[in-house]
Amino acid sequence: MNTRNILLFAGMAALIVLEGSTTFGGIFGGSWNTALFILNFGLLSAIMALGVNMQWGYAGLFNVGVVGFIALGGLAPVLIATPPVTEVWTAGGVGRLVFALIVGLGVIALAIVLNHRLKGRVRLAALCVTLIGGFFLYRALFDPAVEVIEAFNPATNSNLGGLGLPVLLSWPVGALLAAGAAWLIGKTALGLRSDYLAIATLGIGEIIVAVLKNEDWLARGVKNVIGIPRPVPYEVDLQASPAFVDFAAGFGAEPVVASTVVVKLLYAGLFLAILLLLTAASELALKSPWGRMMRAIRDNEVAAGAMGKNVTGRHLQIFILGSAVCGLAGAMMVTMDSLHNPGTYSPLRFTFLIWVMVIVGGSGNNWGAILGGFLISFLWLKVEAWGPAALEYLTAGMDPASPLREHLKDSAAHMRLIALGLVLLLVLRFSPRGLIPEK
Amino acid sequence: MDLLNALVALLNFVVIPATAYGAQLALGALGVTLIYGILRFSNFAHGDTMALGTGFVILVTWWLQSLGVSLGPLPTAFLALPFGIAATAAVVLLTDRGVYRFYRRQKAAPVILVIVSMGVMFVMNGVTRFVIGVEEIRFADGARFLINANEFKKSTGLAEGLAFKASQAQTIAAAVLVVALLFWFLNKTRTGKSMRAYSDNEDLALLSGINPERVVAVTWIIASGLAVIAGTLYGLDKSFKAFNYFQLLLPVFASAIVGGLGSPLGAIAGGFLIAFSEVGLTYAWKKVATYVLPEALAPDGLAQLLSTDYKFAVSFALLIVVLLFKPTGLFKGKSV
Repeated sequence: MNTRNILLFAGMAALIVLEGSTTFGGIFGGSWNTALFILNFGLLSAIMALGVNMQWGYAGLFNVGVVGFIALGGLAPVLIATPPVTEVWTAGGVGRLVFALIVGLGVIALAIVLNHRLKGRVRLAALCVTLIGGFFLYRALFDPAVEVIEAFNPATNSNLGGLGLPVLLSWPVGALLAAGAAWLIGKTALGLRSDYLAIATLGIGEIIVAVLKNEDWLARGVKNVIGIPRPVPYEVDLQASPAFVDFAAGFGAEPVVASTVVVKLLYAGLFLAILLLLTAASELALKSPWGRMMRAIRDNEVAAGAMGKNVTGRHLQIFILGSAVCGLAGAMMVTMDSLHNPGTYSPLRFTFLIWVMVIVGGSGNNWGAILGGFLISFLWLKVEAWGPAALEYLTAGMDPASPLREHLKDSAAHMRLIALGLVLLLVLRFSPRGLIPEK
Repeated sequence: MDLLNALVALLNFVVIPATAYGAQLALGALGVTLIYGILRFSNFAHGDTMALGTGFVILVTWWLQSLGVSLGPLPTAFLALPFGIAATAAVVLLTDRGVYRFYRRQKAAPVILVIVSMGVMFVMNGVTRFVIGVEEIRFADGARFLINANEFKKSTGLAEGLAFKASQAQTIAAAVLVVALLFWFLNKTRTGKSMRAYSDNEDLALLSGINPERVVAVTWIIASGLAVIAGTLYGLDKSFKAFNYFQLLLPVFASAIVGGLGSPLGAIAGGFLIAFSEVGLTYAWKKVATYVLPEALAPDGLAQLLSTDYKFAVSFALLIVVLLFKPTGLFKGKSV
């Protein structure tokens, strides 16, 4: 950290403080509530950016399926923290489902073994028979089990339910889920070269999101799971507690405003602790012999391989680590929202925007990724507000009833895509190593 | 009779839709593959180029319709196509001038160009939404059907109807025409030959006096032409929605890669392979099965292998399988 970097972070902090404290002619919101919302959003984004930075910055892996890993992590709070649906367990749905899944995995394992053992035409025939037969067997077991689960109370449940455990436990579980998926994907796809790997991960991200949207038995799909338990108190409980109302009065604040601010601050504290922990770990790892080896592999795979480094193994390792960090952030995000809403997992927001953060911040540098996470989050949320205001100003000279003006004002919300794209292009052109370049 | 019914049902629900969809994918994939062959990067902005171009076509179509111009049985959009292609090509060439050329001169790594194209994708996505909005737009006019299902039933006496939408017929015809033109251009004209030479070996092509900037410009123009035609045909067949075009990027890329990036023939084969597997695996086979199989064997359920929500999963499963066994695609593509 040199002076310049400290100044950059101070500038970022100042932006958030300004957002909270002043309106400055409409540029800032002037509300601590939105300022803290941006802060939390930035903290989550910074963690996601750290994960992508591990894969791209340390190792040069081009993963554009980030949204899939975030979404998988977001599944964990639902599966861990929501109350169990005992009826589904007693009706035998879960047992049959697990059995079907085990059979499915068994079929795949058998196919892999056959693929290794056999050769030529026999292999092809055996693989086809196993996979096609296995698919129908799996569906025959799986479909009735799903029917049992989805039949129960479709208005509120129709899913497995969770385990009713503390929600904080779901964060490491989210990381584990993403890591598991990354292991599976890495085993098959990491042998692919640059562009091919990008397209393959893009597809895998889409598939994971499609599964979460459509498998209602898992987490109700697009019907959403609401009211996921929280690690912090509820606003209404705070407002009802006399001690808190006195505490808020001490600051001269409304209890309602104070409660939302306090809840956001508590989340910010939790997220900040995790971000600091992750940053410390990443910095230590990057400075260790392991980090130097990673960069050596990134800069010249052939040379690193010739020096006896296991390139494929290290790639798989970093792919899993980076994905786990993304999964962790996904679980944290769903916990903060208390809402599992797979309809919002768009690749623009959760893959490409994270990439913009890493590139703008400075790939290969953890502090850069974090700064990029905050800055791009800030812009992403603020340009949405600035766009309509800017167009209002630009079109002020036009006839108020003109349809063109109406159209422009309606489209202003899309300004942020253009703005963020331009930021990315400008940074790539004029400062390709980012705001805080790799040392 | 039952066999005939099964055949008609198969044509109606699988073969015709998949052929039309395959033709649209093939046109999109040809654009991706050409850019990969000449400029040597995967253009993530291609889906949004398709959307932007179709947006232009729709605007011109509306303008023509307001003037009372029409093509009779053909959709007015065909008349608007040249304008759409010109506008899109202009935008794309300006983008190349302003963005890509810098990295080309620097000889930047292909992966940097991919990231740059991500930035272009953001901007184009936003511009498209700005210009035409996010709503679903239907802009097909002219004749609706070449073969109407009810009339087909009446005239043949079969229980199954066969519907052949005009847009599907136009898609297939247009695709055949465009592909023929493209191959003629690549194989017979001087510019086309210089493009292939540049794609095969950049240094040798430069040594023999080929102007690289001209090759690149022609490539962008052809690629945007293909993108606008593919996008317009897709929009006529289904409907226009900016977000759907962004998602179309995935099957388009899958087609190009399955066929082998950089190989035009591969792009076409890949497009049809992806389209037929998508439609085939997500179609409920119950109807066909009841006609063909004896009563005792008829399926109880829909006999649908995968829900239609997983159609993207099909293209990518296929992509992974092909890449694992044939790492450069079916038609030996290149990799940089």
